[in-house]
Amino acid sequence: MLRIGDLAAGYRPDTPVLHHITVDLAAVAVHTVAGPNGAGKTTLLHTLAGHLRPTTGRVLLDGRDVTGWTPVRAARTGVALAPQGRRLWPSLTVAEHLTVTRPPVRRPDSRTWAVDELLEMFPALAARLRHRGHQLSGGEQQMLTIARALRTAPRLLLCDEPTEGLAPTMAAHVTHALRDLPCHGVTVLAAVPHARAAATLSDTVYVLADGRLTGPIATSGGQAEQALRDHLALVSPALPNPGQAHR
Amino acid sequence: MDAYLIPAVDGVAYGLLLAIAAAGLTVAFGAGGVLNLAHGTLIAAGGYVAAATSSGTWPSLAAAVALAAGVGAAGGGVLAAATAALQGRGHLDQALLTFGVALVGADLLTAAYGSDTLRPRLPEVLEATVRIAGHRYPVDRLAVLGVAVAVVAAGYVVLHRTRAGRLIRATVDDRAMVAGIGVNPRLVDAAVLVAAGALAGLAGALTTPILGVGPHTADTALLLSLIIVVCGGLGSVPGALTAALAVGVVQTVGVTSFPALAPYLLIGAMAVVLLARRTSLPAGASA
Repeated sequence: MLRIGDLAAGYRPDTPVLHHITVDLAAVAVHTVAGPNGAGKTTLLHTLAGHLRPTTGRVLLDGRDVTGWTPVRAARTGVALAPQGRRLWPSLTVAEHLTVTRPPVRRPDSRTWAVDELLEMFPALAARLRHRGHQLSGGEQQMLTIARALRTAPRLLLCDEPTEGLAPTMAAHVTHALRDLPCHGVTVLAAVPHARAAATLSDTVYVLADGRLTGPIATSGGQAEQALRDHLALVSPALPNPGQAHR
Repeated sequence: MDAYLIPAVDGVAYGLLLAIAAAGLTVAFGAGGVLNLAHGTLIAAGGYVAAATSSGTWPSLAAAVALAAGVGAAGGGVLAAATAALQGRGHLDQALLTFGVALVGADLLTAAYGSDTLRPRLPEVLEATVRIAGHRYPVDRLAVLGVAVAVVAAGYVVLHRTRAGRLIRATVDDRAMVAGIGVNPRLVDAAVLVAAGALAGLAGALTTPILGVGPHTADTALLLSLIIVVCGGLGSVPGALTAALAVGVVQTVGVTSFPALAPYLLIGAMAVVLLARRTSLPAGASA
């Protein structure tokens, strides 16, 4: 579905944030990338969504080379981003967010989402159609961010810390909605802060630390937490044992 | 009483015309970051074209208004093409480019229409005066007021009830997320500049029965528009409308009531607004 080969990216040419990212997400499923703050999770998702141009490497979506595409082209090809901080439009209402975003005309094969379907998925939004983004709770904002992304009829949904800072019931609702998306043919790639958050979304997790990706690792059994700790040890001069970090 | 009432109605009409002109300027800045210093030239171009076209008949008046809006839109299109090439190089480069366009445009307009102040010939009905509640009032100014109210209302409907308007507001808020839903924000920028040009041309045409159009029209219109944009908050249409009405009233009532203070009134009022606000521009109040 999504193949990334030897990808490097960063905000300045001389200081890459991501190094040699190689991963093959074959299954239409929920995939997670866990890593501490500053590991490069947001950079990875923004690069895949076209907001950042990779310095080297390849990105293939269903066999099609989408490396370095603009966000507009990426969105039209079926890559949607539900960014961290939600990035809603403050002057638009909930209903306007969902109607101004439309599926692309020239992609009849992909699963499209009617506004009513999305309100069924997130009933909390149905009661707040005339409210503006900043009047919503954090959970409702996250739901609107995901609903807006789904309106573009994506094949790949990139979610940056989808349950960060949410009340437990809201987090459970968002998690449930994301886990359900592969049944509709939507692959989800979610960035999460730690392996415990990854375990609620998927059975395996990729660990991103210091700009390098390892995995997949089973989320059960504490292996993923151990891998994360090893990566942290890698960048700490007190514990010089880099060999064990890369399995 | 008439000494205050008539300038007050004039001020509201003039304020609405300034609002029509400045709304496009503020949205173009808010959406695409284009500080269009040729905006006043588009207003003057609309005024000249309208004054030259309107010959005292209704069809020529309609043609004058349509041509003025068309000339403004064409100018907006030229500016959109020119500033698109400078995207990502900062406000200063774009300001310099549009300033150059303004200088060239002003010279071309003077070459074409001379350096006299022109006034359009209107149909006779509009040249008369009417008595309303005991006050005599020129019909043309009431007509301008009515058209201005209609244009402002139409602008509100377009911004809030159409997909194009919602996309414009979304682009002012967060253009990267507009790209993220598969809409090219540069297309929105270009559409905003064309629409802003059309509104500037229209405002220029509507101003000519009141003020005429001459070599100073472009500079005055640009200065007042910039004052409105700064006082109203960059990118905010309701802010521009409020500020424009205030500027219109200060310019007419203030000047007729306190002639000695006339040159300082507007700048003084702007200083008061900026001091009172002090904080950063209101976020979330845009469009």
